[in-house]
Amino acid sequence: MRKVPVVLAAALAVSLAGCTLTEGDSDTGSGGKKVVLVTHDSWAAPKDLLDEFKNDTGITIDVRKVGDAGALTNQLVLTKDDPIGDIAFGVDNTFASRALEENVFAAYRSPDADKGAQRYQVDDSGRLTAIDTGDVCLNIDPAAFAAKRVPEPKTYADLTKTEYRDMLVVEDPATSSPGLAFLLGTIASLGEDGWREYWVALKGVGMKVVSGWEEAYTQDFSGSSGQGDRPIVVSYASSPAAEVGKDGKPATKALLDTCFRQVEYAGVLNGAKDPDSARKVLDFLLSEKFQAAVPESMYVYPARSGVELPKAWQQAAPQPKSSATLPPADIQQNRERWIDEWRGLVQG
Amino acid sequence: MGLTVEGLTVRYGSLAAVSDVDLAVADGSVVALLGPSGCGKSTLLRAVAGLEPPAAGRVCWDGADLAGVPVHRREFGLVFQDGQLFPHRDVAGNVAFGLGMRGVPRASARERVAELLDLVGLAGYEARRSTELSGGEQQRVALARALAPRPRLLLLDEPLSALDRALREQLALDLARVLTGTTALVVTHDHDEAFTLADHVAVMRAGRIVQTGPPTKVWREPADEETARFLGCGAFVPATVHNGVATCELGAVELPWAPPGEAVLGLRPTALRPAVTGVKGDVVQRVHRRDHVRLRVRLEDGHEVDAVAGVLDVADTVTLALDPDGVALISRRERPSGRGRPSSR
Amino acid sequence: MPLGFLAVFFVWPVVAILRLGLGEGGVLTVLASPETWRLVAFTVGQAAASTAVALVAGLPVAFLLARTSLPGLGFVRVVILVPFVLPTVVVGLAFRTLLPDGGAFAIVLANSFFNVAVVARTVAGLWSHLDRRAPDAARSLGASPLRAFTSVTLPALAPAIGSAAAVVFLFCATSFGVVLILGGSRLRTLETEIYLRTVELLDLSGAAALSLLQLAAVVAALSVGAVARRRRESALRLRAPASVARRPSGGEWVVVGVALAVVGSLMLPIVVLVSRSLAGGLAGYRALGSTGYAGSLQVSGVDAALNSVRAATDATFLAVTLGALASVVLVSLSRSRVRRGFVETMDTALMLPLGVSAVTVGFGYLITLNLLPGDLRTSPVLVPLAQALVVTPLVIRLLLPVLRSIDSRLRQAAASLGASPLRVWREVDVPLAGRSLLTAIAFGYVVALGEFGATSFLARPDTATLPVAIARLLSRPGELNNQMAYAACTLLILVTIAAVAIVESVRVPGRAAVGEF
Repeated sequence: MRKVPVVLAAALAVSLAGCTLTEGDSDTGSGGKKVVLVTHDSWAAPKDLLDEFKNDTGITIDVRKVGDAGALTNQLVLTKDDPIGDIAFGVDNTFASRALEENVFAAYRSPDADKGAQRYQVDDSGRLTAIDTGDVCLNIDPAAFAAKRVPEPKTYADLTKTEYRDMLVVEDPATSSPGLAFLLGTIASLGEDGWREYWVALKGVGMKVVSGWEEAYTQDFSGSSGQGDRPIVVSYASSPAAEVGKDGKPATKALLDTCFRQVEYAGVLNGAKDPDSARKVLDFLLSEKFQAAVPESMYVYPARSGVELPKAWQQAAPQPKSSATLPPADIQQNRERWIDEWRGLVQG
Repeated sequence: MGLTVEGLTVRYGSLAAVSDVDLAVADGSVVALLGPSGCGKSTLLRAVAGLEPPAAGRVCWDGADLAGVPVHRREFGLVFQDGQLFPHRDVAGNVAFGLGMRGVPRASARERVAELLDLVGLAGYEARRSTELSGGEQQRVALARALAPRPRLLLLDEPLSALDRALREQLALDLARVLTGTTALVVTHDHDEAFTLADHVAVMRAGRIVQTGPPTKVWREPADEETARFLGCGAFVPATVHNGVATCELGAVELPWAPPGEAVLGLRPTALRPAVTGVKGDVVQRVHRRDHVRLRVRLEDGHEVDAVAGVLDVADTVTLALDPDGVALISRRERPSGRGRPSSR
Repeated sequence: MPLGFLAVFFVWPVVAILRLGLGEGGVLTVLASPETWRLVAFTVGQAAASTAVALVAGLPVAFLLARTSLPGLGFVRVVILVPFVLPTVVVGLAFRTLLPDGGAFAIVLANSFFNVAVVARTVAGLWSHLDRRAPDAARSLGASPLRAFTSVTLPALAPAIGSAAAVVFLFCATSFGVVLILGGSRLRTLETEIYLRTVELLDLSGAAALSLLQLAAVVAALSVGAVARRRRESALRLRAPASVARRPSGGEWVVVGVALAVVGSLMLPIVVLVSRSLAGGLAGYRALGSTGYAGSLQVSGVDAALNSVRAATDATFLAVTLGALASVVLVSLSRSRVRRGFVETMDTALMLPLGVSAVTVGFGYLITLNLLPGDLRTSPVLVPLAQALVVTPLVIRLLLPVLRSIDSRLRQAAASLGASPLRVWREVDVPLAGRSLLTAIAFGYVVALGEFGATSFLARPDTATLPVAIARLLSRPGELNNQMAYAACTLLILVTIAAVAIVESVRVPGRAAVGEF
């Protein structure tokens, strides 16, 4: 007898909660089409650009963030038979190979794909289109070196010198995406044999390993607001753009000879509900306006050529000319082994 | 007509707590259900209230079966041993609870609460917190709460046994006054309480009712030796009744109400008192009570018996005679297990 | 109904993802690896140590809350809940500041930091209703205050302590963020390893093997807790709290001092981050009205706060409704003489979500919920549902003991006075358990406000909550972003204190309510 009202109350509760929570969805309706863009946590885009796109095409982009690049890729793989969206953005060159092997993406070559993005293409299938690149490089705090009267380091090799003892903080490649990129950078630059010796040497001069970028950059690095005690950190080529002081000069500097290039791709998902609209969204991501906005909104460099960087970037965070890179298939094949070996060398 | 219970059986698993019980509570009468703890009397009460489903039999009010009527529609008031006042309501809130359930308007409810608090001797207690009351006060509030909605039948489950002795006696008298004219079923293990409160007593043992009748009748003539024991008889002697006088080896006693014939006398501790003539014996133990002395006396034939004496009777040797108020008579319908001699516990 | 919810939103996804993992084979390899057992040992060890620290720190606070009447206790009651809402990344960073080379020690401290409130409030709930006369009697028999405590009070509190310990152990065993930040890939637990294997490596068989181990550990912990609970929920003579609280005297001041020291150290990480928010003056706070340096956020900090409150209200409403329903069902079952074993099994089953990795459940959703109408897999509706999974067991732990302690004859008295079964609930159970319900709402609200995992996966950029915004700000370079992140933390703390204070200030009808658990 007491069950009936109880069930009614519960049903009411669920529907009420449902209502208040889903009302966010309803304002996107108004008759237009909707494309679900699955992406990683770092996605950001100026709202006026998205609104303009909606006005021009009638397509609302519904953004679903699902974690970091790895989480994104793996969730796409897990749901490939019934995808959680229509288009994905953020699978990078360290995970691209897995996504391609698992046939997550459908082929689509955007008309704008040959305006620079083709430089980063993974294969000829046209399933993944490069949207932006991010370069993981060592960042330094020039003021600290000036104060210590030690010359600023420039290359990988410099860091193993004893004068840079206890100055470097890096992220653990097992738990951090820039940490992994930096490890890959040393492998790409120093070769399968050289990287191991190099890391042993780094360990020898008091390198500090932390779990994530937040700890390394905002706490241990002396050049950021955290004012830690280590003047060298693994971060991005773009980071100095955010550390421009009141005098208009950047307080930090990226070492452009120590960079590894992460390329972020987008692709239309196999099984997308509205592939045509999804393709239009991909075109939009490659459009000049969107490409011009990626530096400030996501701290990355546009994949399209000839897009001018923001003023502050031109001086503080120019794009590295020669970043190291590795074929996605190699990364896919060796990632676990490299991380395990790294653990053995550095933490064993 | 009131309450009738026919062939009622209540089971807990395989155990029959109440078996095949018949009981009637006439409109306006108070019936006490008397028995030792564990005899099933509370279970019977709960079954009447609708709190226990019967395995067999019927509970009827004015002839109508109550089987499909849930507790809250039976209009039977219920008073527990320890009050069970709502701790989150004040006294008035407790008493008014049943009125609220029946949709009695506020103003008349307030009047009724005052009336009942007055009845139970707690006038002006409305705003007291129920958790601050003494045990006796809690019980009075519980009674007022149960009576407030004018129940058809009031069920009281050991209403006084949680209280201390002096309080119990006082409240028993008050309760008897309050219950006058009410239809009520009182469960108790205390025969004093039963006889104080009830017009009619039903003695229960091991799930069955073994005797019913007016209090005096049950007190004087228990149905069997077991019942007599429960009603305070510690020793039993065979006797013969002739012309309203029962004669046994301890002497003769006038019982004008006793039917003639072979019988067994049940002796309560007060059955023997010092007298001028009677059986002689030596006092082996004495215990002083408020207004009397309890004696243990070894008779000349070597048996020991209980007796009471006045405080000043301090001799070591006494002569004892039977007191009619201290004996019960068990008719020889069944043979007592007595061995022909005064048998002691 | 709660069981149906549990089946659809917990059992089904978890079983599905485990089956997928087990289907791949290789489970035995993982189970046979010594590395795996080191993980188990560290997980159980750090959880046990964290639980012990939380107990040692929580008991004096419980004494303070339950047995003393000092000014400002209301504030202490509220403020100890604050650690619950702080994003783990923030707490992790704060502990790194305080203990630069902490390692396992820092992990244990950080985990207990989150859970002192659980111990303090759970134990205080029972303690404040214990009769003061039992320890007094022990004292009169010659026991020292300490002896009276260990021989009389502690055994009486043991059930509450056991229950709190079980919950805390579960929280610590499955703690994720702080372990990752403070332990990196060197100090790993089952939880972080399951996360890495599932999310980054898609090694579902390895994750499944570890999940099974985790499940086994959790069931073991729950069984221990259930045994302790069984003892408690027997007849306890509860008293109104007012009659047991008094001004501390003599040696009790020492305990009060310790309790205040604990509360003080709980505040320490909070002070660290508030001071960081002020490091650059008020720039961070001014920025809260904006969307951060160069538009790092898509909503302003203030909007994020509003989003937080809105989302937490929904989630709390749902979770408390479900938790209360589950408690009602459980207590109705035990009242209606259903076999005890069945009720206890259900009780334990409802606790399981606390002990299973969120990522296991989350990835389970991906492969199951598309089969339901409406494809909830990436819907924001999942956020309150996922939070309900966590809050429901808490609500049950808070409500059930009180509901069980209500004398059935009290309910029968109400029924005999004409109250229908539903009315009996309204007139008896609800008022008596009201205090506990409020505590449950407060806890639920705090958990929901601080929720990060599910929210960060499922919230749209324009509906970002404060914890999501804080994490976002911290993940970007730039001084202003950093200051704004810490300012947002301060805002989150204020919102939390305000929300809890409002919930706790609701007057329960009737001043003598027995429950507060």
